[in-house]
Amino acid sequence: MPTITLNRKVLEAAIGKKLAEDQLKERISMLGTDLESVTKDEIIVEIFPNRPDLLSDSGFARTFKSFLGAETGLKEYKITKSKHKLIIDPSVKDVRPWSACAIVTGLKLDDEKIRELIQIQEKLHITFGRNRKKVAIGIYPLESIQMPITFKALAPQQIKFHALEGKGVQSAAEILETHPAGKAYGHLLEGKARYPVFVDAKGSILSMPPVINSHDTGKVTEKTKEVFIECSGFDYSAQAKCLNMIVTALADMGGSIHAMEIEAYGKKLVSPDLRPEEMPITIAYVNKILGLALKESDLKPLLERMGYGYEKGKAKIPAYRADILHPIDLVEDIAIAYGFENFTEELPAVATIGKEQGISILKRKISEILAGLGFLECATLHLTSKETQNEKMLAKEHLIPLLNAVNQEYNVLPAWAVPALMDIFHRNRQHEYPQHLFTFLTTFAKGQSETGITEVQKLVVGIADEKADYTKAKQVLDYLLRMLGKDCAIEKAAHPSFIPGRVAKILIGNKDAGLIGELHPKVLENWQLIMPVSVFEIDVNLLL
Amino acid sequence: MDVKHLAQNLHPLERKLLPFLRQRSTLPELAKASGMQDVEVMRALQWLSNKQAITLTQEEKEQLVLGNNGKLYLKQGLPERRFLNALAKGPLPVKEAMQKAKLDINELNICLGLLRKKNAVSLVKEKELIASLTQEGKKLTEAELPEEAFLRKAFPLITIEPKDKSISDELLKRKDIIRLEKATLWTAEPTTLGKDLLSLNLESFSALDRLTPDLLQAGKWKGKAFREYDLTSKVPSVYGGKRHFVSQAIDYVRSIWLEMGFTELTGPLVQTAFWDLDALFVPQDHPARQMQDTFFIDGKGKLPKIADEVRKAHESGHSTGSKGWGGKWDAEAAKQLMLITHDTYLSAQVLSQAKTLPIKTFQIMKVFRNEALDWKHLFEFYQVGGIVVDESVTFCHLLGYLKQFFQKMGFEKIRIRPAHFPYVEPGCEVEVFHPEKKQWIELGGAGVFRPEVVKPLLGKEVPVLAWGLGLERILADYYKITDLRDIYRNDIRQLKETRYWMRCPR
Repeated sequence: MPTITLNRKVLEAAIGKKLAEDQLKERISMLGTDLESVTKDEIIVEIFPNRPDLLSDSGFARTFKSFLGAETGLKEYKITKSKHKLIIDPSVKDVRPWSACAIVTGLKLDDEKIRELIQIQEKLHITFGRNRKKVAIGIYPLESIQMPITFKALAPQQIKFHALEGKGVQSAAEILETHPAGKAYGHLLEGKARYPVFVDAKGSILSMPPVINSHDTGKVTEKTKEVFIECSGFDYSAQAKCLNMIVTALADMGGSIHAMEIEAYGKKLVSPDLRPEEMPITIAYVNKILGLALKESDLKPLLERMGYGYEKGKAKIPAYRADILHPIDLVEDIAIAYGFENFTEELPAVATIGKEQGISILKRKISEILAGLGFLECATLHLTSKETQNEKMLAKEHLIPLLNAVNQEYNVLPAWAVPALMDIFHRNRQHEYPQHLFTFLTTFAKGQSETGITEVQKLVVGIADEKADYTKAKQVLDYLLRMLGKDCAIEKAAHPSFIPGRVAKILIGNKDAGLIGELHPKVLENWQLIMPVSVFEIDVNLLL
Repeated sequence: MDVKHLAQNLHPLERKLLPFLRQRSTLPELAKASGMQDVEVMRALQWLSNKQAITLTQEEKEQLVLGNNGKLYLKQGLPERRFLNALAKGPLPVKEAMQKAKLDINELNICLGLLRKKNAVSLVKEKELIASLTQEGKKLTEAELPEEAFLRKAFPLITIEPKDKSISDELLKRKDIIRLEKATLWTAEPTTLGKDLLSLNLESFSALDRLTPDLLQAGKWKGKAFREYDLTSKVPSVYGGKRHFVSQAIDYVRSIWLEMGFTELTGPLVQTAFWDLDALFVPQDHPARQMQDTFFIDGKGKLPKIADEVRKAHESGHSTGSKGWGGKWDAEAAKQLMLITHDTYLSAQVLSQAKTLPIKTFQIMKVFRNEALDWKHLFEFYQVGGIVVDESVTFCHLLGYLKQFFQKMGFEKIRIRPAHFPYVEPGCEVEVFHPEKKQWIELGGAGVFRPEVVKPLLGKEVPVLAWGLGLERILADYYKITDLRDIYRNDIRQLKETRYWMRCPR
C-alpha cells in the first residue's frame, strides 16, 4: 500500500492544533488511514488505494482537519477563467486520446513545497495513474511556454528534444533507450506508430507523455510561480479527477486556479471542472446498512465532517473524490464520521443450525486414529519444487507450474504427497528414531473441472525406522480402514520411487485410492536418509 | 536422615556402586571400578547426593578424546608404523612404499617428516626417490613408538602425565588423531552419613525392589518391605502421537462458527480470476491483479452464466445503482487461472447459488500470496472467512459476530477501524490489543458486501456481512512463535513438545 510522508509541523499548522501522540495515532487510524510511524518531525501514513486524494500533505490535512471538526463541509475553490487553450489534435486518438489541464498561479515554492509537489505527482502516478498507464501527469513552468499548446502524435523520428535531466537533445528512440524514465515507461508506447507530445505555439516539445518532460520547458524550480498542469490518458473522467486532486492540493498550498479551454474532436471543454457531483442518499438506507437510528438531520453534519456538502436528500461530492460510485460509499463515510468506535456490537436474531463438512469430521477422526498409534501430524505447505516432487523421488509426475513465483524453491503444485513427507524425514534426520508421521495435503492434476485442474485431498503416512517395512505400513493402513469401516484391495504396481516388488496400488471399491510401499534406497540416499522408510498415500474422499 | 532407613531403601544401582565410594573418586574411575555404565553411575551418584550420602562436585575440564583418524590408526597402525613396516624388507621407491603402506599423500608427507626427525629413514635421489631404513629405523620396527603407547591409553584422558605432554602436543597437531574437548568432571566423596552407611553390612538391609508377577503369584512380597522411592527425582520424558497444533486450532475455530449456527464450506485452491476477483467487483486494472502478489497458473477456466451480470456491474453498474468502473470488462482476463488469494470467493459462489435466506456460512482454507518467505511473511496461510446474508442484518451485527469470535479466541480487547477492500463498504480491519507489545495487531478484514457484488450474484440487494481473518498470527501469539516459518517447520522435537491448543470459556 502507498504511504505518504507528512511534515508534522506543516500538518499541525494546517489543522490548527497540536495533538498528543496517542490521540494523533488514534484519530489517523479511525479516519481509515493507517499510521505507519510518527517522529518529532515526520508522520508516515499508509493510504488505501481508494483514496488517492489523500496522497498529498494538503489533501491529507484538508480531510483530517475536517474529520477533527475544525473546518468541515464542502470546500469551495475559486476558478478564474483564462484565455489559454489546449488543442487535442485528432492524431492522438489511437495513442493517448485525452488530456485534462489547468493553470495554477501565485505559487510560492520552497524546498518543502517542491518536495510535496514531487510527492503528489509520484504517488498519483503509481496508484491512481496505474504506473502512468491510466494517467500521466506533467507540470511545467508557465513562463517558458508560448500558448496555445497542442497535444498531438508524431512519428518517432520527428521527435527530438532535451529530456529532463537527460544528455542533451536526443531522438525519441534514444530517450526510450537511454533515459531512466524511457527505460521504465517506454513499454507504454511499444508498438505505436506515433508518439504523443505536447507542443507549444513556438513548436517546442514540452513533453512526451507518459515518459518524460523536456529539460528546457518542463522543470519546476523555486523560482517557478506559475505552472501549466496536464494529465493525459484514455478516459477523460479519470484525467479530470486526477487533475482535480492536484489543483485543489496546489490551491491549498496558496495557488490560484485558472481554467483553460480544451478543443478536442470538434468539441469544447473547460478544464478543470470542480463542481461537486450530486448523489441522492436516504437516511433509511444509511440506517438499514449500519444498524443505527440516525435522523435525517444527522446526515448533514456527518457528511460535512467528511468534506461533503448536503442539501435536500443529496450529497455534494468534492470534485477530488474518485471513489464514490454508489450511495454505499457515502454510507461508509457517514460511518467513519459517526466513529467506528461508537457502534454497539449486537448479535442478530437469525437462528440457524450449524453444519460441519464431512471431510472435516473425517480428517479429525483419521488424526485421532493415527495419534492413537503414536503418529505425529505435520503441517505442510503446498507449494513445492520439481526437485522435491520428481528429481529426488526418481519420479516423473506431471507437475503444474506457477507462472510467476517469487521463490524458485516453491514454484510448482504438488502432484503427490509422499515427497512432502520425505522432505520432513530429511529435515529431521538428526533426530531420534523411530519416526511416525502423517500429514494431509491437496494434490493437483490436469482433469475435468471448471478450471481444468482436479484437486484431491490426500493423507500420507510414513514410518522411518530400522524396522520400517511394507508390513508395518500395511498394518497401519489396515487398522485405519477397519476403524473407519472401510475395506481395500491391494494390487501389485511398479513405481520408480519404491523397491521393485514392494510397492502396490490401494483400491477402494475398485477406485484407485493411492499407493503403499518401501522407498527405494536410491531415493533415501537422495534425501540423505540412512533409515528405511515405508509409506502410504491415500485419497481422503474415498474414506468418507 | 536415619542411616538404617537409608540403607533399607537403597536403589539397586546405589547398592552396587556404594562399595566403590570409600574415597574421593571421579565418575570414570567409578565406572571402571564398578563395571557399571556411565549413565548408571551418574544416576546413582545423583540419588546418593540427594540423600546427602555423598558430596558431588562438578568441574569443567578439558579432556583428550580420540578423533576419527585416531580410531582408524588404532586399528590399522599409525602411518609411520605402516611406512616402517613397508621398508622392513629393504629399500623401496617412496611411491611404492606409500602404496604398500596404503598412505595418502598427506599421511606420507607427515610420516616422512616424523621419521626423518627420528633419524629412522634416509632418502636418496636416484632415478626416483628411494627410501631406506637407518639403523635407528630398523630398531624401531621391533619397538613400540611412544605415540602408539599413548594412543592405547584409556580415552577420554583427563590428566596427562608430564612425560606424555610432548607426545600429545605433537599428535594434537596432526589431522583428527586426538582432540581437546570441554568436559564436565564429576567427583564424588562420601559424607559422614555416607561413611556411616558404608560401615553397615548393607546385605542385611534389603527391601523389595520392583513388584513382579513372580512375587505376586508366589505371594513372596508378604511380610517384606518395599524400597521407598525418591519421589521427587526426575523421570525420563515420554511423548505421544498427536494432531498438529495448527489443526488443533483450526478444529477449535471451526467449533466456534458451528456453535453460532454456521455451515462449513470447502472448495478448490485453484480458481479463475472471475471468482477470486471479478465476482467481488475488484476492477480489472486493480493493482492486485498486475502486482506480483498473485500466483498465476497457465490456463483458462470456464465462466459461469452469471458472468454477464458481473460484466454489466463492472462496466456501468447496471441495475445496482452504481456507476461501475467504466471501460470494457475483459472476459478473457477473468478466465485466467490462479491460486486463491482469499477464501471470500466461496462466499461469492454461495450468493450465486442461494435459494433461501438466511445464509450463514464459513470456511477455513489455505490462501496464497506471492511473497518472499521470511520471519513475518508466508506465501500460503490460513484464512477464516464467512458471510451472513439476511434482510435484517447490519454493520452492528458484523461487529457482534467479530467480537464473539475473538472473545472465544481469547482476545478481550478488539478494535474495529475503517479499512478498504474493493468488495466491502463499509470495510474494516479487525485488530486485537497485544498486552505485552502494547500495540494493535491486525488480524483480518471485514465489511458489508457492496451492492455491485451482491446484486449480480444474488439477483437482489441484501445486506451481506463478510470477513476474512488470518489464523497464523493468532497461533504465533498463542504459541509465542516469533518466526512464522516455525509454524510449518515440522521439527519433530518441537511437535512433540508443543502444548495442546486450549481455550476455555470463563
